[in-house]
Amino acid sequence: MNVDLIRLTNVKKTYNTGVTAIRDLNLRITKGDFVFIIGATGCGKSTLIKMLYREEKPTAGQILVGGIDVGKLRNGKVYKIRRKIGVVFQDFKLLEKSTVFENVAFALEIFGIPKDEIHAKVVKALDLVGLKDKITSYPDQLSGGQQQRVAIARAIVNGPKLLICDEPTGNLDKETSKEIMAVLNEINKLGTTIIMVTHDIDIVKEMDKRVIELDSGRVLNDFERGTYR
Amino acid sequence: MKTFRIIGRNIRDAFKGVFRNFSLSFASISCITITLIVVAVSMVLSENVNNFTLLVEKDVTIVAFIDNDLEEKKIDEIKKEISKMSNVEKYEYKSKQKITKEMMESSEVFDSIMKNWDSSENPIQNTFQVKVKDINKINDTADKIKKLDGITLVKYGEGMIEGLISTFSFIHKICIGAVVALILVTAFLISNTIKITISSRQREIGIMRLIGASNLNIRIPFIIEGLILGILGSIIPIVLTIYGYQKLYDHFGGHLFSDFIKLIKPVPFVYATSVVLLSIGILVGMFGSWRAVKKHLKI
Repeated sequence: MNVDLIRLTNVKKTYNTGVTAIRDLNLRITKGDFVFIIGATGCGKSTLIKMLYREEKPTAGQILVGGIDVGKLRNGKVYKIRRKIGVVFQDFKLLEKSTVFENVAFALEIFGIPKDEIHAKVVKALDLVGLKDKITSYPDQLSGGQQQRVAIARAIVNGPKLLICDEPTGNLDKETSKEIMAVLNEINKLGTTIIMVTHDIDIVKEMDKRVIELDSGRVLNDFERGTYR
Repeated sequence: MKTFRIIGRNIRDAFKGVFRNFSLSFASISCITITLIVVAVSMVLSENVNNFTLLVEKDVTIVAFIDNDLEEKKIDEIKKEISKMSNVEKYEYKSKQKITKEMMESSEVFDSIMKNWDSSENPIQNTFQVKVKDINKINDTADKIKKLDGITLVKYGEGMIEGLISTFSFIHKICIGAVVALILVTAFLISNTIKITISSRQREIGIMRLIGASNLNIRIPFIIEGLILGILGSIIPIVLTIYGYQKLYDHFGGHLFSDFIKLIKPVPFVYATSVVLLSIGILVGMFGSWRAVKKHLKI
């Protein structure tokens, strides 16, 4: 049975500056999907995913993520949705002064999880992204691809149902991008829904997944698995 | 268990925060240290002035001179009248013989003069020595005593005492004002210093929020960090207070200018002052952090 993890109904977003980024957007994403969001700069891709993890609020319409009405969450309650979602960015957003282990463990420590359990989970996550041997390194001792893998490990260590990736390969070369995509594919196979914003058409073609193309804040095309060429 | 782990993590993170951002922490600590030193000096001054005032108040005595020809019965009546006065704390009748004896014991010159005098020639008068409860009403009490039948003269160092006490009370008030103003200024300065510290860690706060840290999760380590900064910042002022005041006390031999102005004994005074300094440091550090981090939580 296909269950919707994300459902957007008549969503509209206008910024305080008067710019409308999303217009009347309707979208459903099923649990376990791997979805690419593509489109020209300014088409509303970033706004869309920012609304999913409640960095931005919709001006109108409803956004349900895992049953939570994200648009109605108050600032003080945002953490509730964030704990269910992992987010990966183009610029990694790692704590420079913390080791790889600390960066990944950070998300678990907040919740008061026992030390040995944290250790086991962190090692497992780092193993999944292939960085088990870099546990004591600092971010600046790693390559861009490795840093992104740390960020992915941090995003999935808590076992989120949804992983949002905002151009995770934007700063990486072709080879490294491929490695990252392999890691993401692996995570998706384990059952995590992945939404990835990208400009890299080669990756999209190669991965052969569902592709949503936005234009001026609306869905221009929604290609089912394997139909985007 | 979970709560303890979270508390443990918060304390550990706070310590990490202090040492990983040491240059900014150092700025906050210096800021707390300098102000607390000034606060300590003001407190020592203010408390000592307050102490002088109390000592002076305790020492002030109204001396009422009695007509030497007055009968015992009449003296008893005056005694009764004085005991009825509301502002009188205690009183003592001193006969001229007693006063003479006391004076002869205290001064050799007086001793040698008086020895040659016959008791009928003794010019000293019988007196009542009265201590008052409220020094500010001493004038009224002295006037009342003066009006009693048989009293020839009333003396209490009028003018000088009032002047001294009002000066002391003025200095005391200024010191308290200075302490309060300093505490407010420090809170503001520390808040700003910590704000800079936190601004430089805005990224960190953003990441914490992204990962799913609640506002409390984020705020508590920073507030504990403020507490640590407060404790570290109050170390030097406390050491200075404890050793400095002891040195000062020993240097002056326990009193200033004359035996009359006694300094407060260092123990337990310095410890009480230290507790106050530490509390101010901690509160100001925590408040400063709380105020500064609040700004960064509105996403």
